Amino acid sequence: MANKTYIAAIQDALDLALDKDENTLIFGEDVGENGGVFRATDGLQAKYSEDRVFNTPLAESGIGGLAIGLATTGYRPIMEIQFFGFLFEVMDSIAGQMSRARYRFNGTRNMPIVVRSPYGGGTKTPEMHADNLEGIVAQVPGLRVVMPANPADAKGLLLSSIESDDPVVYLENLHLYRSMKGEVADGYYTTPLDKAAIAREGSDVTIVSYGGAVPVSLKAADELAKEGIEAEVVDLRTVSPIDIETIGESVKKTGRVVVVQEAQRMAGVAATVMAEISERFILSLKAPIGRVAAPDTVYPFAQAENDWMMKADDVVAKAKEVVNYD
Amino acid sequence: MASIADANKKVLDFDGQLQAQDDFFPTLKLLDNDGKLLDKAAYKRSELTDEDLVEIMKKMLFSRQLDIRSTKLAKQGRFGFFAPTAGQEASQMASAYAFGKEDWLFPGYRDIPEIVDKGWPVWKAILWSRGHAKGNEFTTEDGEPVNSWMPQIIIGAQYVEAAGVALGLKKRKEDAVAYAYTGDGGTSQGDFYEGVNFASAYKANAVFFVQNNGYAISTPRELQTAAPHLAAKGWGSGIPSLVVDGMDPLAMYLAAKEARAWAAAGNGPVLIETLTNRLEPHSTAGDDPLRYRTKEDIAEWWKKEPLIRMRKFMSEKGIWDDEKEEDYIAEVDSYIDDQIKIADNIDKQKISDFLKNTLEVPGQVMKEQIEHFESEGK
Repeated sequence: MANKTYIAAIQDALDLALDKDENTLIFGEDVGENGGVFRATDGLQAKYSEDRVFNTPLAESGIGGLAIGLATTGYRPIMEIQFFGFLFEVMDSIAGQMSRARYRFNGTRNMPIVVRSPYGGGTKTPEMHADNLEGIVAQVPGLRVVMPANPADAKGLLLSSIESDDPVVYLENLHLYRSMKGEVADGYYTTPLDKAAIAREGSDVTIVSYGGAVPVSLKAADELAKEGIEAEVVDLRTVSPIDIETIGESVKKTGRVVVVQEAQRMAGVAATVMAEISERFILSLKAPIGRVAAPDTVYPFAQAENDWMMKADDVVAKAKEVVNYD
Repeated sequence: MASIADANKKVLDFDGQLQAQDDFFPTLKLLDNDGKLLDKAAYKRSELTDEDLVEIMKKMLFSRQLDIRSTKLAKQGRFGFFAPTAGQEASQMASAYAFGKEDWLFPGYRDIPEIVDKGWPVWKAILWSRGHAKGNEFTTEDGEPVNSWMPQIIIGAQYVEAAGVALGLKKRKEDAVAYAYTGDGGTSQGDFYEGVNFASAYKANAVFFVQNNGYAISTPRELQTAAPHLAAKGWGSGIPSLVVDGMDPLAMYLAAKEARAWAAAGNGPVLIETLTNRLEPHSTAGDDPLRYRTKEDIAEWWKKEPLIRMRKFMSEKGIWDDEKEEDYIAEVDSYIDDQIKIADNIDKQKISDFLKNTLEVPGQVMKEQIEHFESEGK
């Protein structure tokens, strides 16, 4: 057990994956000698050779095609998209090609690819760097979308993603990279790709959240506790597929729900979670489901970020509204 | 010795530069329209035997016959989407003859005959065209894997994927290459450049074909780019780039064979532009070429099609005649008849199987959907 940052946990997982299976390859823009712009792959090229950890030319669609071709020749590619705002450049490779391969080949061919990419606001990046685009990929059949909310999960979920024979979009929260530390078990372990976690137990209200919105929700839960409201925080861990069962158990216990996401309100993961709860557990609800999300604009100019992003206070206010509803 | 002043003049000579681009790419030709051998040394260099010529001729005839039958069947509603191939037999089949089972094919949707040539049975091609998952299993009749990706619908995507396989083959030190086909329109796509450039950056084992057949549906090649030769686009990535008479089977084979050897030896990719023509509509889905080209133009191109010159060349050598051709076509027809019967008797596909083929490990909601469709027998 060691106390590690979120990014150190990711680096640890990549190191273990390269060590375990010589078919794993890491590639992307600047991942080689430079170790990636956030140093997630720091030292890995020196340790495992340029043959297995290598830079690509600057073209995201090409990186996606490279992954598909390498998977076709028996490799297990871990490709990096430097910022998830660059998703649009690689959208055909992800949503038009790799996610459809198993279906297209009638189950005779898998695409064991991991697409790693940082997302999320709070660090005042230029445009197209911080966007929460998970809703777009979560709507693509044939993909798993994984969004860890703490260092221990970052490691276990990444190792599971690399082991998975389904293509996985593994999203790393940019803000948490160095701001979050936590206990991370040593050695190789995996965390299931279809099981939500109870990040905090409580009986008064369920807060369903994922990725960078989980620590915000936990902070809100601490605030609520000061006022005698015990919130249960469900960390989805994976937004595709979504673990409805775990959500359901919590909803049946509390009867009140707030869904929290960093992304804009329109469409998206929160909407799906709310719809599933409505379809399946409406008779357990004592109040309308609340939602905390960002406004429906383009991800804002950096100086307006603080006003635009949802905060713990917003979650506290919405939770109180739901708890106090008769 | 050229002075800096002379060099500077050359840099700023825009007209001269355009002329140089235009002049650089002569066309590789071995046979003229009448089947006369134009270059004995090049023919010798191809190392083609009489048996090879017969094989290439049969492959081209097979493709033509598949084209004729598919078009007819499509009109009767018994074939689904089909992109006609008449005119492109040399560009497709004579080039494909240079590759082996170990090589990986990345076809566009007009490249069905090349996949069949690798062992994918025609009944699967028929099912693919009709929209049946069974057609998308790339295996031989005996279940052996066929090294081919599915016919690519997104123009250009096959180029970036081919670059990936090419890099994989290089990493595994295999004596094999990835070979991809697109058309003149395909050279306008971003993925075209990315694929060629990635393969070039890694000196990966790839051969890229651009079948310049004159039209992207209705848009003429001239509207795709001001580049005088599509092959010049390979130069931008620093790789050998050739223009070949795509109606000439011998030239196509020679170019493909040498490109394959170059790429397999680890020298990096090669781009080959084939000058050919699509003599028929874009697809069987209602395209009318007379909306965008003239009857006279089509008739002129029919005079140049590859079977005419190959027949003449081989008849002259005494290794081909009408009887041989008729016998072979009868053989192909009866094979296609049998294949249609197999295709007609394939089980209906199930939505529950589609769901199972979407993710290897389905989530809870998908499991419920699988159960639902299974309970309805769908």
